[in-house]
Amino acid sequence: MSNPRASRGCAPHRHTDRREFMKITARTVAAGVVSYSLSLRIPKLAKGTALESGPSADAFEEHFCNFIVNTTKCIGCGSCVRACRNENHVPGGYYRTWIERYTESEDHELFVDSPGGGENGFMSAPRMKGRNPKAFFVPKLCNQCEKPACTQVCPVSATYYTDGGVVLVDKDRCMGCGYCVQACPYEARYVDHAAGTVDKCTWCYHRITRGLPPACVLTCPTGARSFTTHVEGETCAACELLKSERYDVLKEELGTDPQVYYLGFNREVR
Amino acid sequence: MEEMIGFHYPNERIYWSFMIVLYPYITGLVAGSFITSSLYHVFDVRALRPVARMSLLAALCFLAFATMPLLLHLGHPERAFNIMITPNRSSAMAGFGFIYVAFAMMVVAELWFDYRADLIRWGNEIERGSLIRRIYRMLALGTTDLSVEAVAVDQKAVRLLAAIGIPAACILTGYVGFIFGSIKANHWWSTELMPIIFILSAIVSGIAILTLMYMFLAVRGAVPYDGECVRALARHLWFFLIVDVTIEGLEFLNMGYKGVEGWTLIRALIFERLFPSLIIVQFLLGSIVPLLLLWLVLQRRIAFGAGRVLVAISCVLVLVQVFAMRWNVVIGGQILSKSLRGFLPLHVDFLGREGVLLGLVVLALPFVLFALIARFFPPWESHDSASAHASG
Repeated sequence: MSNPRASRGCAPHRHTDRREFMKITARTVAAGVVSYSLSLRIPKLAKGTALESGPSADAFEEHFCNFIVNTTKCIGCGSCVRACRNENHVPGGYYRTWIERYTESEDHELFVDSPGGGENGFMSAPRMKGRNPKAFFVPKLCNQCEKPACTQVCPVSATYYTDGGVVLVDKDRCMGCGYCVQACPYEARYVDHAAGTVDKCTWCYHRITRGLPPACVLTCPTGARSFTTHVEGETCAACELLKSERYDVLKEELGTDPQVYYLGFNREVR
Repeated sequence: MEEMIGFHYPNERIYWSFMIVLYPYITGLVAGSFITSSLYHVFDVRALRPVARMSLLAALCFLAFATMPLLLHLGHPERAFNIMITPNRSSAMAGFGFIYVAFAMMVVAELWFDYRADLIRWGNEIERGSLIRRIYRMLALGTTDLSVEAVAVDQKAVRLLAAIGIPAACILTGYVGFIFGSIKANHWWSTELMPIIFILSAIVSGIAILTLMYMFLAVRGAVPYDGECVRALARHLWFFLIVDVTIEGLEFLNMGYKGVEGWTLIRALIFERLFPSLIIVQFLLGSIVPLLLLWLVLQRRIAFGAGRVLVAISCVLVLVQVFAMRWNVVIGGQILSKSLRGFLPLHVDFLGREGVLLGLVVLALPFVLFALIARFFPPWESHDSASAHASG
């Protein structure tokens, strides 16, 4: 059996004129550009495929999910918000995830903002009277609470807590009363008026059940968001991190037992 | 100190708008009307006899449209019945369907016993073969017994249902308060006093609307004007209004004195954002003014004729007060950001499915229904049935 690659390699040498040289050069440059742009995606795909060895869709409910947000790494670029919108077709003006900016001056003047949910980054500095302000960003998303206020109040059980620890909305059951939206302390829910139902972040349930990371995690250029899963008894990098680092959750006093762990934020964050 | 600058979460909106203000308002009118009728049937406030049955019928008419604001609000009203078919037992809202239906059945049953003798009598008085005669007979469910004993049984049944209905009415409206009060995420709503405030404001709104309806019917000549009845209504309105305003005041005092989380913002909500609807309308115009006017009337410090006018003005103001209270709870609770760092802009639609215009139509419908029913089944007693009552 002949080896095509070998036969191609053994082809007689051809003379290359200037026109052909220009063609080859153009093709090479084009191929280079394509390869480079593809290479930008390769680490992301690698991240995704690495997780595919984790839970299968069927066995997902036996896993524990860990979502950690390291606020010291967030640069407020808004990539996560944009990725989430594209991935989940989030209607304009609403957010499954968003970024808040906290700016505090030396004399404790505080300014909090989230222009457009931080989707297009934070282009201008806040106008503050205080001196030497410090600023940090806090990405927000559904906390997938272990004792969710939203599932408790839903009159028709359209929103429910899955065994995998993710709170979902069944859009075929939701009647759009908005009671869950009122009950959520984090405002992670919104009424999609076009659909007449409620929507929220699911940590990209359709991805994580296939072993892929949520879109926001995948896109974050600084690794401010991390999502891992593990089964009981398995060593877990996130668990080790939480053992060694100081962390907090949002509005713990409300007893909802939120499951997004935040590293490095101030007491001002709510 | 942190300086308060307006911030709210990007998803925050006033999702519960005008229709959800109407829902507790109409539900309150149901409960208040029912309790007014029970004041006569259970607590033997004899002076209220001219409005006893009218109150019960008004309760039914308000009840018939109590769910309409909800249905207009829902994103999928066709799924509304799932609240009873597949209810979530942990949801405060899931009980609404059952409480509503149970209460409606109770009101219909009480009305039937109250009307039964009249239905038979009206059926007998009309010539054979007419449609209305058949309707009267059909609604009497085949009963023809007009004996003193039978009427006495009717009265016993009415008394029993009226008694059971008092806690049921309190549950119906107190439960609506609980729907708001149990939202721990909302600092404006989350108070144990909310169901009590809803019950008390429901009672005052019920008494006020019935006083106005009775006065209107008297002016129209449909019923004879009974000064004692109006005086009794005014007396009860005054009493319940004192308790209502006191408890509402205690709620604010409680929050302010304890300096609850976000108090700085809540104070700004009360004295700035809600100043016109809360301080001016709900507190001054709707509470203090009617309390003073009713005091003047009840202490007989003014002439009787002027007193009637003042009672009517007080009733209008009380109805406005209760509406303002619902508004301040429902809208105020959503203006206040859950971030406790700012307010949401107030936006209310005039047109549209949840707009003010349709809301006013919904609010008018119970009165249209009342007028229709009253035309064929007058809730004011004939002389014959009045004497039967007296003997019963």
